Amino acid sequence: MNITLRVWRQAGPDTEGHMETIEVPDVSEHMSFLEMIDVVNDRLTLEGKEPIAIDSDCREGICGTCGVMINRQAHGPVRATVCQLHMRSFDDGETIDVEPWRADAFPVVKDLVVDRSAFDRIIAAGGYISAPTGSAPEAHSTPVKKADADHAFDAATCIACGACVAACPNGSAMLFTAAKVTHLGLLPQGQPERGSRVLNMINQHDEEGFGGCTNIGECTAVCPKGIPFDTISQLNRDMLGALLRGE
Amino acid sequence: MAKKVIMAVSGLIMVGYLLAHMYGNLKAFSGMQAFDEYSHHLRELGEPILPPSGALWIIRVVLLVAVVAHIWAAVLLARRSWTSAGVNRYETRRNRRGIQRTYASFTLRSGGLVIALFVVYHLAHLTWHWIEPGGSSPSPYGRLVAGFSVWWVVALYVIALLAVGFHLRHGVASALYTLGAGTTATARQVIVVLSIVTALVITVGFLLVPFSVLLGVIQ
Amino acid sequence: MTDHNPFENPGQSYDSTDRDDQPMDPRGGREAEGMAEQESTFPVSENAPSGPEQQQLPDADAYFSLGDPIADTKAPGGPIESRWSERKFGAKLVNPANRRKLSVIIVGTGLAGASAAATLGESGYQVKSFCYQDSPRRAHSIAAQGGINAAKNYRNDGDSTFRLFYDTVKGGDYRSRESNVYRLAEVSANIIDQCVAQGVPFAREYGGLLDTRSFGGVQVQRTFYARGQTGQQLLLGAYQALERQIAAGTVTMYAKHDMLELVVADGRARGIVVRDLTTGEIETHFADVVVLATGGYGNVFFLSTNAMGSNVTAAWRAHRKGAYFANPCYTQIHPTCIPVSGDYQSKLTLMSESLRNDGRIWVPKSGEDTREARDIPEDERDYYLERRYPAFGNLVPRDIASRAAKAVCDEGRGVGPGGLGVYLDFADAIKRLGRKAVEAKYGNLFDMYAQITGEDPYETPMRIYPAVHYTMGGLWVDYDLQSTIPGLFVTGEANFSDHGANRLGASALMQGLADGYFVLPNTIADYLADGPFEKIDDTHPAAVEAVTEVTDRVQKLLSVKGTRTVDSFHRELGQIMWEYCGMERSEEGLRKAIGMIRELREAFWNDVLVPGSGNDLNQSLERAGRVADFLELGELMCVDALHRRESCGGHFRAESQTEDGEALRHDDQFAYVAAWEFTGTGQQPVLHKEDLVYEFVEMKQRSYK
Repeated sequence: MNITLRVWRQAGPDTEGHMETIEVPDVSEHMSFLEMIDVVNDRLTLEGKEPIAIDSDCREGICGTCGVMINRQAHGPVRATVCQLHMRSFDDGETIDVEPWRADAFPVVKDLVVDRSAFDRIIAAGGYISAPTGSAPEAHSTPVKKADADHAFDAATCIACGACVAACPNGSAMLFTAAKVTHLGLLPQGQPERGSRVLNMINQHDEEGFGGCTNIGECTAVCPKGIPFDTISQLNRDMLGALLRGE
Repeated sequence: MAKKVIMAVSGLIMVGYLLAHMYGNLKAFSGMQAFDEYSHHLRELGEPILPPSGALWIIRVVLLVAVVAHIWAAVLLARRSWTSAGVNRYETRRNRRGIQRTYASFTLRSGGLVIALFVVYHLAHLTWHWIEPGGSSPSPYGRLVAGFSVWWVVALYVIALLAVGFHLRHGVASALYTLGAGTTATARQVIVVLSIVTALVITVGFLLVPFSVLLGVIQ
Repeated sequence: MTDHNPFENPGQSYDSTDRDDQPMDPRGGREAEGMAEQESTFPVSENAPSGPEQQQLPDADAYFSLGDPIADTKAPGGPIESRWSERKFGAKLVNPANRRKLSVIIVGTGLAGASAAATLGESGYQVKSFCYQDSPRRAHSIAAQGGINAAKNYRNDGDSTFRLFYDTVKGGDYRSRESNVYRLAEVSANIIDQCVAQGVPFAREYGGLLDTRSFGGVQVQRTFYARGQTGQQLLLGAYQALERQIAAGTVTMYAKHDMLELVVADGRARGIVVRDLTTGEIETHFADVVVLATGGYGNVFFLSTNAMGSNVTAAWRAHRKGAYFANPCYTQIHPTCIPVSGDYQSKLTLMSESLRNDGRIWVPKSGEDTREARDIPEDERDYYLERRYPAFGNLVPRDIASRAAKAVCDEGRGVGPGGLGVYLDFADAIKRLGRKAVEAKYGNLFDMYAQITGEDPYETPMRIYPAVHYTMGGLWVDYDLQSTIPGLFVTGEANFSDHGANRLGASALMQGLADGYFVLPNTIADYLADGPFEKIDDTHPAAVEAVTEVTDRVQKLLSVKGTRTVDSFHRELGQIMWEYCGMERSEEGLRKAIGMIRELREAFWNDVLVPGSGNDLNQSLERAGRVADFLELGELMCVDALHRRESCGGHFRAESQTEDGEALRHDDQFAYVAAWEFTGTGQQPVLHKEDLVYEFVEMKQRSYK
C-alpha cells in the first residue's frame, strides 16, 4: 500500500515547527507503525536528510516510551500503543497526520519526542509505599482480598505513556495520577500513607502545569491499558476524605 | 482541586434550585390564583421564625454565592485548561470532536456562557421587570402568560433550556464524580443515567409552561 | 524433577568428593584427562599455564591466547547454607554517619539497578542513577511477563531453598557457581516479602494469599506472578522506591543519559562519561564506586526480544577498560515468540512460556502440506515435543524446545511466512477447560498475538518461533559482584554469575532483585569501607582520556559519511550471529562468522552514514555507537563459542551431541567459566579460566526424555 505522511517536524525545543508531507510508497500492511517510520527514516537518511525523531523502546506495548497523535487520536485508531499498531489499520492511499503529544507539561524535545519527566515527579511526590529494603514482614502476614488485589492490579498496569494527557481537552494527567492512587490505596500496605499520598500527588500534578479534570473520559478511551475511569472518582474520594480529616 | 469541588457543590445547589423553580412554574397549570398565591407564599416562607421575605433572601444569597462561585471557578479552570492543553493544540483537522466525548461535554463552557446570558435576560424580564415583552401585568401569572405569548421569548427560552439540558447532562455526573461518587463501573452507569434523567426532567419541565402558553393551553 | 539419566556416563560425571581437595584458587586444572576423539584437533594445551606471560596457541587459526586462571576469592567455604551469612558477617561495614560522604554511580534502572539505587539511597549513600530511557520506569525489565521464583514453599509441594538452588544449578547445566546460586535461592523469599510490602499486586487466591504456579519445566509451584505483567509490576515497585529516594534527595536521577565510557583512575573505577541524549553534551561523573546494571546484550542479534535501545555499550566499555567478560556465548533462545513477518521486522515479541502449559506444539508431518492448520487431520500432525520427550512433552526446557523447532523448520516442515514457525495449538485446551478458562489464563497473551498478527488464536493455532531472549554471559564478577576492576560492581543480567549456561524461567527477575535489594548493598559496603577515596575531577588524566575517547568516537561516527545506514549494519551482524552463533554453532560456521564480522566491522567504520550532529537529540548517533560495540562483542561471542567445544545449556555445538541429537557436555574439559580479557580491538583476547567446583550438587548429563 501507499500512504502519505504529514509529520510534525521541529528541530529543537525552542524552534518553530511545521507539518512536513512525506510520500511513503510500498508499505506492507504487516508492518507496525513504527517499523513504517523506520523505513521512512532509512530513506531519509540515505537521501541526506534528517530522520524523524520518535521515541520507542520495548516495541511490545509495555514500556510506555512510544506514543504520538495519529489523526488526532492518541496512539492512533487502535486502542494499543503505537508499537502495536499495524499498517493494516490504515487504508491504501490514506493521508496520516502524525503529531507529538501536546501539553504544557510535555514540552517538545524534537519532532515527535516530548519530555514526560513530569510523570516521574508526580510519582516522586507520593506514588509509593515506604518500605525500606529489609524491613518487610512475611508476605503472607497480611492477606488481601482477591477483588482488591485484582482491582489494584488493573490500576497498576498504567505504562505512563502520556496518551491520557494528549487526549484530554484540558491537558490533565488525572487518569495517570488516579491510577497510582487507586493501585496503592486499595492495598492494606498502602493505607498509612493514603491521605498524604493523594494530596501530595495532586499538588505536584497541578504544579507541573497539567489541567484539571472535567470528567470527559477521553483519557480512558485512548488508554492502551484500559485504566478504568472510576479510578478518578476514587482519587477524588480519597482527596476529599483526606481534606476533611485535615491531612 | 478545591476549585473543582466548589464547581461541583455550587452546580449541585443550582440544580436543586432549578428543580424547585420548575415545580413552581408547573403551578401555572393550576391557574392564575394558585400560581400567584404560590408566588406570594415564597415571600412568606419561613415566617414567623424568619422575617418577611427572609427565606427568599436566604435562598437568593445562597444562590448568588453559588452562581458567583461557579462562574469564578469556571473561569479559572478554563484558563488553566487553555494553558495546560493549549487552544487548537493539534494541526490536523481530523477527529476534532475526540473519540467518545459527548456533545454535552463539548459544550459545557460555551453552554454555560449561554445560560449566564439568559439568566441576566430572565431576571430582567421576570424579576426586575426592566423589560416587559408582551405587555405588563401586576400579577406574576399575567406577566408569564403575556411574555410567553411572544414567539421570540419562547425561542430564547428554548435555546437556554437546551443549553441547560446539555450542561446538566455532563455537569451533574461530573459534579458527582468530583465529589468521589462512581468508584465502580456500575455506580458510574447509574450516575450517567441519573444525569440524563435530571437533564430531561428539567428541560422538559421548564418547557412545558411556555409551550402551553404559546399553544393556548394556558391563558 | 527426575534425576534419572539414561545417558549418564560415569566417566564424565564428577563425584563431588573428588573436588574436595581443590583449593579455592585453582591453578591449572583437570583438563585433558579424557578428550573425546572429536576434540583431538582442539589446539589448546591447557596444562600449567604458569606465570603471567600469555601463552600463544600453536594453531595458526587461534583466535585467543590463554592467560592465568582466575578465582573467586570472596566466597567463603564451608557449609553452603551458611556461606552468605558468613560473608555478610565478614564484610566490613560503613558507619551510617560516613555513608553520606560516600558516593555511588549506578548505571541502569531495571530491576537490578533501580532496586540497588533505592536501597543504597535509603542506607544514606549519595547515589547518582543513570538510564538512557526518558524515565527509569521504562527499563526493559518491565517487559518480563511470566513471574518470579521464590523458595517460599507456600504450596507444601516439597520446595525448599536447597531445591531451588539445585534446580537452578541443574538448569544452568552445571556451569554456574554453587555459592552464588545458593545465595540467590536463599534471598529469593525476602524478595517476595519486600515486593508485597511495596504494594506489588501479585495474583492472589480467594483466601487473600498469594497464588503461585509452576513455570518452565519445574515440578514445584514456586513462581509468583502478576497476571502476564510480573516484570512491570516488580519494576514499578523498585521504580517507586527509587522515586521516593529521589524526592528525599539521596538519589540524583539522570534519565536520557547514555554511559559511553568508564573512568578508571589509579586502579579503581571512579566515574563514567555519559552523553546527555537530549543536548548531546558529554559529561563526566565521579563517585567512589561504579555499579553497572545495564542488562544483557541480546540485541547483538538485531532481532531479539530486547528493547530497541538495549545495548552492551556500558559493559563493553568496561570490558575494554579491563573488566573480564565471562561466557559471552551463553545466550538463551526463547521458544515461544511471534515469528518474523518481513524484512522490515524491528524486534521480536515474546509470549510467556506459560503458554506451553496448555498449548500443544506441532507441525505437519509432511513439508508439502499447504492446508490450513485446522484442516490438517490429527494423524497428519507431528506433535514432535510430545513424541520425542514423552515425560516432559511441551514443557521441555527452553533450549530443547527452541532447537527442536529450528530442526523441524530446517526439515522444511515449518509453517507461516518463510516456513519459520511452528504451531502452538490451544484447541485441546479450549475443549478441555472451556474457552472462558483459557481466556482467563491467557487472555492478554492471546490479545497481544491477535494484535500483532491479525489472527485469532482461539480459532487458528498460534505460530511461534524461537528468538534470542536473554544472555547468561556478562561481565565477570566475584561473589561480591565486583568485576576485575576494583570498584566496578556489576548486577543483574549484565553480570554472568548465577545462571550458568542456561537460565530457568522466572529466574531473571529473581536475580535482578536479589542482586539489587539484598546482595550488592551488603557487599558494596565492604569495598566502600575503605573510602572515601581521593577526590578526582575532570582534570585527572584518566578522566581526560575517557572524555577524549568519547568525543573522538562521536566525531568519527559522524564524519564517516558513508553510504549505509546504521541499521543495515546491525541487521547484517544480526543475521551472521543468528546463522552461526545462534541456536546451533559449529567449528566451521563460527570461524566463518568471525571473518565476516571482522569484514563487517571494517565496512562499518568506512561506510556508515550517521546524519545530523552530536549537539542535540540524534537517535542515529546513539544507535551507531551501540552497533559499533556489538560489532566487537559479536566476535568475542564467536570466539567463546568456538573455544567451548561442548554443548551446554544455551550453547549447542553441532560437534558435541549424543546420537539422539541432545546436548553433550564435556565436564572434564569445560567445567569452567571462560573470562575474557580485552587486549585491543582486533587483537586476540586472553582467556582466563575459573574452575567450577561442585561440592553439593552432582554433575549429571541433563535428560528430559
